[in-house]
Amino acid sequence: MTPKSEQKKYKVIGTRPIRHDGADKVTGRAVYGADLRLAGIVHGKILRSPHAHAKVKSIDTSAAEKHPGVLAVVTRADMPNLKDKIADLGEGSVNLAHLGANVLAHDKVLYKGHAVAALAAVNPHVAEEALKLIKVDYEVLPSVTWVMDAMKDDAPLLHNDVFTKSMGKRASKPSNVPTHIHFEKGNIEEGFKAADVIVEREFKTASVHQGYIEPHVSTALWNQDGHVTVWTSTQGAFTARAQTAELLQIPVSQVTVVPCEIGGGFGGKIAVYLEPVAAMLSRKCGRPVKMVMTREDVFEGTGPTPGSFMRVKLGATKDGKLVAGEAWLAYDAGAFPGGVIGPGAMCVFSCYELPHAKVDGYDVLDNKPKTQAYRAPGATQAAFACETVIDELAEKLEIDPLEFRLKNAAKEGTRRVDGPVYPRVGLVETLEAAKNSPHWKSKLEGKHRGRGIASGYWFNIGLKSSVAANVNNDGTVSLIEGSTDIGGTRTSIAMQFAETLGITAEAVHPRVGDTDSVGYTDVTGGSRTTFATGLAAHEVALDIQRQMRERAAILWECDASQVQVEDGAYCHKDKRLTFAELAGQLGHTGGPVVGRATVSPEGASNAFGTHLVDVEVDPDTAKVTILRYTAIQDAGRAIHPSYVEGQMQGGAVQGIGWALNEEYVYSDQGRMENASYLDYRMPTALDVPAIETIIVEVPNPAHPYGVRGVGETPIIAPPAAIANAIYAATGVRMTELPMSPPRLWAAMTKGKQS
Amino acid sequence: MVRKTHVATTINGEPVEFLCEARQSLLEVLRETLGLTGSKEGCNNGNCGACTVLLDGQPVDSCLVLAVEVEGAQITTIEGLSKDSHLHPIQQCFLEDAALQCGICTPGFIMSAKALLDRDPNPSEHAIRFQLAGNLCRCTGYDKIIRAVQDSAKRMAGQK
Repeated sequence: MTPKSEQKKYKVIGTRPIRHDGADKVTGRAVYGADLRLAGIVHGKILRSPHAHAKVKSIDTSAAEKHPGVLAVVTRADMPNLKDKIADLGEGSVNLAHLGANVLAHDKVLYKGHAVAALAAVNPHVAEEALKLIKVDYEVLPSVTWVMDAMKDDAPLLHNDVFTKSMGKRASKPSNVPTHIHFEKGNIEEGFKAADVIVEREFKTASVHQGYIEPHVSTALWNQDGHVTVWTSTQGAFTARAQTAELLQIPVSQVTVVPCEIGGGFGGKIAVYLEPVAAMLSRKCGRPVKMVMTREDVFEGTGPTPGSFMRVKLGATKDGKLVAGEAWLAYDAGAFPGGVIGPGAMCVFSCYELPHAKVDGYDVLDNKPKTQAYRAPGATQAAFACETVIDELAEKLEIDPLEFRLKNAAKEGTRRVDGPVYPRVGLVETLEAAKNSPHWKSKLEGKHRGRGIASGYWFNIGLKSSVAANVNNDGTVSLIEGSTDIGGTRTSIAMQFAETLGITAEAVHPRVGDTDSVGYTDVTGGSRTTFATGLAAHEVALDIQRQMRERAAILWECDASQVQVEDGAYCHKDKRLTFAELAGQLGHTGGPVVGRATVSPEGASNAFGTHLVDVEVDPDTAKVTILRYTAIQDAGRAIHPSYVEGQMQGGAVQGIGWALNEEYVYSDQGRMENASYLDYRMPTALDVPAIETIIVEVPNPAHPYGVRGVGETPIIAPPAAIANAIYAATGVRMTELPMSPPRLWAAMTKGKQS
Repeated sequence: MVRKTHVATTINGEPVEFLCEARQSLLEVLRETLGLTGSKEGCNNGNCGACTVLLDGQPVDSCLVLAVEVEGAQITTIEGLSKDSHLHPIQQCFLEDAALQCGICTPGFIMSAKALLDRDPNPSEHAIRFQLAGNLCRCTGYDKIIRAVQDSAKRMAGQK
């Protein structure tokens, strides 16, 4: 825990100001993508494939084009042809040829919901009617939606130009497995020989969706001067610009992306879907075209995170030391290569000091939407497997599961299986906080009840951020930053700026700029925004402070080096000016003061969390009720504790949904059968209890205030923690997600007479 | 073209008239015809609650109400909650308690909470969770929303 003296060091950091965009968001005034109103706006809709896998033999749009009120129709034929080219999206990369084929299908549709054609009309109703007039001739092909089936030799092949890459070699025969990843550390055979107890289990998880409440929405205007403006809901305006420009084969300078307020992303609003299509429709009809997805489109055409099959084997000595771990992970990527197997494979054993380890990971194509990042992409599945095996090992060794984790926890100097060595990290501290928590110390009584624990790890990336600031003559500062604000980061960034400059959070007016107004900034993802854009804001504050000292020096006819900054005020001998007083004198000391900074912090800031959960399992229905939940996390430094808690609580509840309920249910024909909120059934307020939080602060040595970033880690532990609690309650080890009543019931009654 | 229907209603205390097609939902008319975009569309089939408004005091998903049905009704939307330069106590508590992250579900939650507190000024935590079960939030895990509604109840009691 942070010493009290340390906390007192700060005036702004650690306080809980009202967020700067708050009033707009509670009054309905904030402008989200769908709220945009432009003169002459028309409405676009997308025709989607009814089949999971089919050849597109022909598309006849003639009847739709003639329909009254229809202004433009586009198909693949209208879009530029793209060659294979890997583009960096910040958090992950994409082959632009694949991205193009995802945005509008080429000769094949690869999943139900795959976009085939689009049109623009005077209103959304006319557009919808006209979609029915587009005739597509399909030749239906066999489909596959389960990762292990897709890996079979006789599985339907999605692409005939994808060959398995493994250890730098390319296979000669096309396959549904684009990539095999392999990590090794120590000597796995020797490791398992030294083990007294070994547990090996197989796990399956279903695809789940990020579930953001705001559907994807984009408006594009291809102006008569050739410039394209896109107003969109995106996690990263600059990556949206890069993708849009590439897919349209125009220079990035010809595209401006204006990020609207964004109604949730969780990793699912990084890749473009609508932007290039809306732009092409606009080019054809000469008017701004707005496209809004339906909820069904969102489920069937975007998102999900991979379904997976995993085998995890861990060995320990009888005194409770882990000696070896082996994992075999297959994650589906959906219709195009590049799922999240990489981070999954890197994370599977990341919480433990493991002398010998081996991990094999497979990226697998199947007839699902191209999978996307979802909050700590790939880590939740892997932790479900690893943390369940850890629990079983502890049980076999008759060691308390928390003590077992403490005994083997990764710490400074631990080498992860994929190579990196941890700097100062805080897993041990989260486990100790768990041990000392009121929750862990409380007694859980009653039948059919059990307590579970699990830990989780996420890298937290740095990437690139830009921030600029203008000093106003009343002592306030307008801060322009490139990170879209999904959960209060305007404020967490402004607070770091205010702390460094010695002004209040309220004296900072943060704005998210468009791609013409601020320097390049990577996506809001990877838990990086408060860390990296916060770092940039800190550097801008230092830049402004330097200039303000120069201005004071002009006033006082001394050298800037003689001007001291004390408590945010500028001093020389007996002269003293507050920041606001000095800001009022900029006009006659050289004019406005503008600060700017760009950063590109290297490496990961490494965030760990540990979750505790008490459950009750209904013996008649196998429904699991969460009785009590505590999320503990090392935030490095909590800039705005309320929003840190909010990330922990939100992530925990997403994890609870993943654990107990959420899944893509597929028919034999590969069609999603529950593409509505009602049938997909995310947790409601009534499904969960209060989520208790304990913020641990082990400062990140690579950030001036110690920030690690907090967004992703909290989703990782819940499924494993809940599985372990269910075991404690029922004696049944669940190895499949979601642990919904039918699955749990089947496991509880296995081998028993009904 | 489909012939439109004339509707006269009251929105946020002001008389409003509009023309609509029979197939248009109240949500579509609020957002597209009247420019009241504070009510959000998350699903357009009554599952997410982001479009919640009060119709004659009752919380409804405005995506499930046909616009032609609101003839003569009293409608309150999120835009009608703050008075003069003051936020409604529920809005203020949502801000102070950090009960929003992305904010897209927030107007719907605030309207549902208002309907509850109008009916039951001192609801239990269970009653709040039950009332808000028709509103989905994917960011907050609901914890801070529940606390904000509890704090709103206290603040509104203090103002009486």
